[in-house]
Amino acid sequence: MLKTFPTGGVHPPENKLTAGIPIEYLPVPEKVVIPMSQHIGAPANPLVAKGDNVKIGQLIAEGKGFVSANIHSPVSGKVSKIDTAADSSGLKQPAVFIDVEGDEWVEGIDRGKELVMDIKLSSEEIIKKCFESGIVGMGGATFPSHIKLNIPSGKKCDVLIINGVECEPYLTSDHRLMLEKGEEILVGVSILMKALKVEKAMIGIENNKPDAISHLTTLAASFAGISVHPLKVKYPQGAEKQLVKALVKREVPSGRLPIDVGTVVHNAGTAFAVYEAVQKNKPLIERVVTVSGKSLQKPGNYMVRIGTPLSWLLEAAGGIPADTGKIINGGPMMGKAVSNTDAPVVKGMSGIILIPASEAFREVISPCIRCAKCVSVCPLHLEPYLLMTLTEKGMFERAEAEKITDCMECGSCSYTCPAGRPLLDYIRLGKSTVIRLARQKVL
Amino acid sequence: MSSTILTTIICLSLLAFLSAVILYFVAQKFKVYEDPRIDEVQALLPAANCGGCGFAGCRNLAEAIVNSDSFEGLNCPVGGAAVMEEIATILGRTAPVSDPKVAVLKCKGSPEHRPRTSVYDGAADCRIVNSLYIGETDCSYGCLGYGDCVKACTFDAIHIDALTGLPLISDEKCTSCGACVRACPRNLIELRKKAKKDRKIYVACSNCDKGGPARKACRVACIGCGKCQKVCSFDAISIVNNLAYIDAAKCTFCRKCVGECPTNAIIEINFPPAKPKAKSEAEAVQA
Amino acid sequence: MTNMLKVSPSPHIHGKESTRKLMLNVVIALIPALIVSVFYYGIGAIIVTAVSVLSCLLFEFLIQKYVLRKPISITDGSALVTGILLAFNLPSNIPVHIIVIGSFVAIVIAKMTFGGLGNNPFNPALVGRVFMLISFPVHMTTWPVPKGLGTGYLDAVTGATPLAILKGGLARGQSMSEIVGQLPTPAQMFLGNIGGSMGEVAAIALLIGFVWLLYKKVITWHIPVSVIGSIAIFTGILWLVNPEKNADPLFHILAGGVLLGAIYMATDYVTSPMVPKAMLLYGCGIGIITVVIRVYGAYPEGVSFAILIMNAFVPLMNAYIKPKRFGKEVKHG
Repeated sequence: MLKTFPTGGVHPPENKLTAGIPIEYLPVPEKVVIPMSQHIGAPANPLVAKGDNVKIGQLIAEGKGFVSANIHSPVSGKVSKIDTAADSSGLKQPAVFIDVEGDEWVEGIDRGKELVMDIKLSSEEIIKKCFESGIVGMGGATFPSHIKLNIPSGKKCDVLIINGVECEPYLTSDHRLMLEKGEEILVGVSILMKALKVEKAMIGIENNKPDAISHLTTLAASFAGISVHPLKVKYPQGAEKQLVKALVKREVPSGRLPIDVGTVVHNAGTAFAVYEAVQKNKPLIERVVTVSGKSLQKPGNYMVRIGTPLSWLLEAAGGIPADTGKIINGGPMMGKAVSNTDAPVVKGMSGIILIPASEAFREVISPCIRCAKCVSVCPLHLEPYLLMTLTEKGMFERAEAEKITDCMECGSCSYTCPAGRPLLDYIRLGKSTVIRLARQKVL
Repeated sequence: MSSTILTTIICLSLLAFLSAVILYFVAQKFKVYEDPRIDEVQALLPAANCGGCGFAGCRNLAEAIVNSDSFEGLNCPVGGAAVMEEIATILGRTAPVSDPKVAVLKCKGSPEHRPRTSVYDGAADCRIVNSLYIGETDCSYGCLGYGDCVKACTFDAIHIDALTGLPLISDEKCTSCGACVRACPRNLIELRKKAKKDRKIYVACSNCDKGGPARKACRVACIGCGKCQKVCSFDAISIVNNLAYIDAAKCTFCRKCVGECPTNAIIEINFPPAKPKAKSEAEAVQA
Repeated sequence: MTNMLKVSPSPHIHGKESTRKLMLNVVIALIPALIVSVFYYGIGAIIVTAVSVLSCLLFEFLIQKYVLRKPISITDGSALVTGILLAFNLPSNIPVHIIVIGSFVAIVIAKMTFGGLGNNPFNPALVGRVFMLISFPVHMTTWPVPKGLGTGYLDAVTGATPLAILKGGLARGQSMSEIVGQLPTPAQMFLGNIGGSMGEVAAIALLIGFVWLLYKKVITWHIPVSVIGSIAIFTGILWLVNPEKNADPLFHILAGGVLLGAIYMATDYVTSPMVPKAMLLYGCGIGIITVVIRVYGAYPEGVSFAILIMNAFVPLMNAYIKPKRFGKEVKHG
């Protein structure tokens, strides 16, 4: 009996078209654009100016405030300007523009491929190194990882959970990383365990990746305290709260974090980035991006430098197919639709999916038939039909009482609704309105 | 009459009498004293409960007016000057000076001027589109056309024009209650001073990008060139963040800025055709 | 790439469910019962069902097009299902004009006046049926006896239903041991060789439909099981206390509209609760009220009234019975 979270969840078609394609290192483009906000929290402050020469791995922006992250140059070359750049949704934010020249790395970065197992740094040094190297959650959430490693006083952590679930359809970057960089990931897990001062780590992997499960299980035998757990394939198994419930049967309370039930969750890709930062002195400058789609010529899992324009990445995948209707940044359940293909790759971009026009449509909206399927699939036991109606009618006080702010926007409700109702569109609106009104102390 | 019917009549009458007595005493004991003038003022108000005065409903405004000394900050834009005068009369105060306003949309980016660059397929709600992305065009400031303003209006004064996809505001029906102003997530609607013959001159653009990107996104965008400001002899135009704004208090409707604007971002409404016709007639007479 | 990209909020994919598919699966689930009633009642069964379905669709079309001026949605299958379920509540020899009146009440009054699909508080087919029962009591209480395929539409032979026999016998003071001989056996009720409305005959046909509905995930087990279970328990208690004055639970479950009501009418999405806990409470309420009407009330059958009464409580249940939220509340300290 495979572990899973007990209620809710849906089963979208997996479409893991790129699961068998090994990671390919893409050549560096001619220009890169590095946005200053690639993480949750305050945008970073640029430390370079127009005309400066930069090297690969050089710190070019400093995290500002308690929740923020550093940003390092992924290329060597000259800063052409500091200006605003549009992200994949067309919204502008400050960014550093660099013209690429040569392949010069900052001194001290170990570019060798040998596995370094011995963890020389202490707990505090590890946490500091994560901050200095600009490590953020690589599963897409981009929460600055060093903050999660600092256990607040009064709270305890007894187990580290590693998220190797990758429950979104199409995405396979974590899968390939676990297969090809399994040992590095496990060293990264050990480093995280040392930082958190825990002796136990559990890696959760969905059962549709049997090769990764058996590979990591074999490797984990030589690592103290690390166990691998296959999980039932069900979306959203990779959601933090659902993963904690499935692996250690604890429910993270409403409005709280996993540390409140004694665990910390990190993505498998983050563990790899931590390994590179701590053992190889290499800051976060590149990531694996799954480029997938049924009409793509060359789908695959590409290791890309941060700041690479999407157009470069899509060219490498064989160009945008003529029948493309929609391009998604992330997975099809929670990703954002792309309207600007010149946007740069950022730290949290786990995949780019190209959907043919024949599949890129919304259902026709019809009245709610009160079938309660949305209630039965919601992993957090909310009532989406009610939250949508309350938002439409502007009844935000009642929406707050019905816990609209608990919603993690997984999309299971909209996915299931037989009447094609845009449940999540309105719930998202209601959530942001309730949060804004609460901040203004109106609610 | 049978005994059943008689008994029924007696019982029910007794019950009714008892209830009346109880209700009378309860009404007396828990009576709340209210100034009777509040009811009178409320009767004069339009009973739309639209919130245009800033209060939750007409009764709340009536209470505020009766309980305060002056009309400072208390005005019913829907009832307008006429209603405020009537209220002033029954309260024995001087009527407030009113300033009728009308709502205008500061965007003229129809598909003809502002090309569509993507197709939005989600729920038809401007707030949702606005929080999702830049919109179906390259202008991140412009009207999205999904009608949050239409839904907010309780006076049937706004409708989306089928050709331009932009909201049209009716001068007759608009009561300047401000509901549409609050509803628009991009703050495109402004309440401007109402002029005679419903004439209006304003900058129909809210784009704060620099001239190049603004023009690229929309042919009739304000590019912040400042020519209008230079030609205005009444100091009515200011340019802030690459966007021109005409102060309705200072504008004399001379229309010089309209002709000067290189992108036609400034619009004039309800004016007769412009002067060049008279000029050529004068030349013809001289010749 | 020539076409413009589409942009919408997530999720960008949709499951295979649709309102029409759900309704069609209900229709498929009712096909065994329809076949059985044609087999027992002849052409009358087809005529009644056809008239009911067509008039329901027609009324919905007319109201949507001319009164409400909304897009026509008769192809979503909900009026079709209402039509079939209404027909299943009727005797197979009921005249056409009465069926049309019943359809009018079901669709126009019980559904459209409230705003159409999704807004009605009461089950439309049952409202139609109860209206017909009260307005045309004679037609609605003369039930044909199954005579086979060759039976004409209006010349069916009529007789009492098992529940009517039970009620009549008990009212005359007879004891159960005396009445039992006149009642059909459980096997007969299971296979449907009894008098009654078209939908209440073959238990086996209805149960096959139940399995289909569960398999296709149209309904969950909660409401049918709680309705049938509470009827079984309540009648079981009464029967154990006084077996001479009360029929056994198996009879009660197989007789009358319990199976039809529990599986197809009480599970109507619009008028049933949204949360499993509430569904169980709802089902128990229906069961108890049904038994009370059957045993202590004037009517021999109580399922329709029980469901309508519980429909009235559904908004209250939806407002107060909430799913257990994920993660217990922690007071912010």
